[in-house]
Amino acid sequence: MPGVVHVQAKINGEDTNFLCEPRQSLLEVLRDVLGMTGTKEGCNDGNCGACTVVLDGRIVDSCLVLGVEAQGREVQTIEGMASPGGLHPLQQSFLENAALQCGICTPGFLLASRALLDAEPDADEGRIRHWLAGNLCRCTGYDKIVRAVIQVSTAPEK
Amino acid sequence: MEAFDFVAPKSIEAAVSILNENGDRARIIAGGTDILVMMRAGRRLADVVLDVKGIPELDEMSYSPEGGLTLGAAVPCYRIYQDEAISAAYPGLVDAASLIGGIQIQGRASIGGNLCNAAPSGDSIPAVIALNGVCNVAGPNGTRQIAAEDFCTAPGQNALQQGEMLVSVSFPAPVANSGANYQRFIPRNEMDIAVAGVGSSVVLDASGENFVSGRVALASVAPTPVFSRAAGDSLAGKPVSDEAIREASELAMADAVPINDMRGTIRQRIHLIGVLTRRTLNNAVERARGG
Repeated sequence: MPGVVHVQAKINGEDTNFLCEPRQSLLEVLRDVLGMTGTKEGCNDGNCGACTVVLDGRIVDSCLVLGVEAQGREVQTIEGMASPGGLHPLQQSFLENAALQCGICTPGFLLASRALLDAEPDADEGRIRHWLAGNLCRCTGYDKIVRAVIQVSTAPEK
Repeated sequence: MEAFDFVAPKSIEAAVSILNENGDRARIIAGGTDILVMMRAGRRLADVVLDVKGIPELDEMSYSPEGGLTLGAAVPCYRIYQDEAISAAYPGLVDAASLIGGIQIQGRASIGGNLCNAAPSGDSIPAVIALNGVCNVAGPNGTRQIAAEDFCTAPGQNALQQGEMLVSVSFPAPVANSGANYQRFIPRNEMDIAVAGVGSSVVLDASGENFVSGRVALASVAPTPVFSRAAGDSLAGKPVSDEAIREASELAMADAVPINDMRGTIRQRIHLIGVLTRRTLNNAVERARGG
């Protein structure tokens, strides 16, 4: 009978140990085992990006990662995005641009946007829209989200 | 999801042994972007799930201008298009790797997994076929090779036998004056399943004015990806012209046997195969000429 497995991972910079069943997704582990409910469940099949986390530097859908696959790896979630000094510039920009309504998709959009601007600080609107295609929002119509990201980007044309 | 055991074998031998022992109650996870969705839906059941990303041969991507490309079956898409040398040598493969799912999916999903999942709509498979990809398989009786066009046998089924696994996909080194392209039609801009897709490759002579050979493969118009041998073969020896490309596209359309479903009709899909064959052949020619 399959039992629980001990997993050691770095989550938001902290060495973390947890027990999980092999069938539990990283999303379930984050929310149900570790109580980190900032990561949201949307479609649970890789279409909506609400559960986006950063795994070893790449954004992934945590519903399509097994918790046991996090063994020895580094996970970043929305809980690690703001610093003690204040919100991340993207979080501030989302607030200023009213880039969220119900908020379920927001953690995923923020992590995906941060990954883009970390790699390409001058990403333009076309690049931003392409990069964020794996994140769905059913409230805003996307324009406010894209505008919020453009505001943080250093692209010359805004 | 039903409960299962999780193992992460470190060698092909260890993985094959587990696969052979458990038959189809053992399932491989590479990127997990298809298998976890199917297991959650109860369409695949497993007593044991093998994570193969820790097996060196499946995680390896090696390219040389002489030897070509060996792409480990678990290498995620983003590693292909982040590699400048591979992107320059195989732009047709990059076309497919950079449009499967979104960025999150491309961070995990592999070309090997796309082949094993054997969906008729698998975006990378026509590109792999057009590029003469060969599947390197390991099993209890040793290793064997399967041409990419023979790998998918039915929707969701592949040519792997009991205890076998896909290790890597090999691509010959691109020859001079060659080019390839993959395109699909979807009603959205991104993140959708192909209504129809075409991968084409061509080799031109030194003048760039005549076809030496061509390969054309189709997505979403049959129970498996289709290698339209007639379409590619029709180009050999002909001058590069709209007429030759139109003739090849008509042969590709004749090889399409699609169904009507929620994504498209038979008529629309056959029409799309004609359009996409012409577009991908024209782009392949342009790339072969150095464009």
